[in-house]
Amino acid sequence: MKASVIVFPGSNCDRDIQVALRHSMGEEPQMVWHGDAEVPRSDLIVLPGGFSYGDYLRSGAIAANSPIMRDVVAKAGQGVPVLGICNGFQVLIESGLLPGALLRNAGMHFLCRDVGLRVENTGTVFTGHYEKGQIVTIPIAHHDGNYFADDATLERLEGEGRVAFRYCDSEGAAGEDANPNGSLNNIAGILNDGGSVLGMMPHPERLADPFLGGTDGKPMFDGLVEALS
Amino acid sequence: MKIIVKVTLKNGVLDPQGKAIRRALASLGFEGVEDVRQGKLIELDIAETDPEKARAAALDMCEKLLANTVIENYTVELA
Repeated sequence: MKASVIVFPGSNCDRDIQVALRHSMGEEPQMVWHGDAEVPRSDLIVLPGGFSYGDYLRSGAIAANSPIMRDVVAKAGQGVPVLGICNGFQVLIESGLLPGALLRNAGMHFLCRDVGLRVENTGTVFTGHYEKGQIVTIPIAHHDGNYFADDATLERLEGEGRVAFRYCDSEGAAGEDANPNGSLNNIAGILNDGGSVLGMMPHPERLADPFLGGTDGKPMFDGLVEALS
Repeated sequence: MKIIVKVTLKNGVLDPQGKAIRRALASLGFEGVEDVRQGKLIELDIAETDPEKARAAALDMCEKLLANTVIENYTVELA
């Protein structure tokens, strides 16, 4: 399996995802600079977390217009799986690969803590190693993670099973109390219509090793390796 | 030619920053501020001298980058 991690100016989780992928893949992912015109042949493309271009204009807006993103969009169109985490999710939205918008957190604060997530869709290359309804703990670290979409888009996402993860409490209830940032329907991660592009605010790569205090993020990477090797 | 682009959140889109500004104004004693909506003002200085072409270019810039039309409206004024 070949994986590529796109590195933007201001990415700061690119090495974390590099380590998580290395551990699950048993080989080194390719680190691809945003100014390149082409992503080398890849079975998986990852847009990492961070603050690309200092979040100028809107989070992810400038990065979405980087030279490399033209090829990422083209490859996503050919069905190459693309995973966007945190700022990567914001870039996916700004590039039009995923619908909706990510607004400032409802409480205005930057949030950096563990949250509960309920796995809603296990029929994807990203989530095959989780069980439907499984409750996992994954950290969030963002200022603009408040998922918004118009009613028609939201209805379509829900109707087509394209909500991959939802914020929930320890019992799995996705209520207002368990919603850290005001996201509509407690949405933490969504899929494109083919299920091959996943954007999520939480950081699975930050809990993918016992030394980090947990391994709830690791099934994502193990599952990707199994599905894409 | 100078062009002023104003980008504002659409009605119905939550504006937590506007809410925070409103609370701050209230705490300073400015009473009666019922709502605050925050937006962006972008000044463009472009080489085009034909006003209509300049306006068309600015509208294209708004669609492609300056505004996120999922959540934002924009207006373009020639200064």
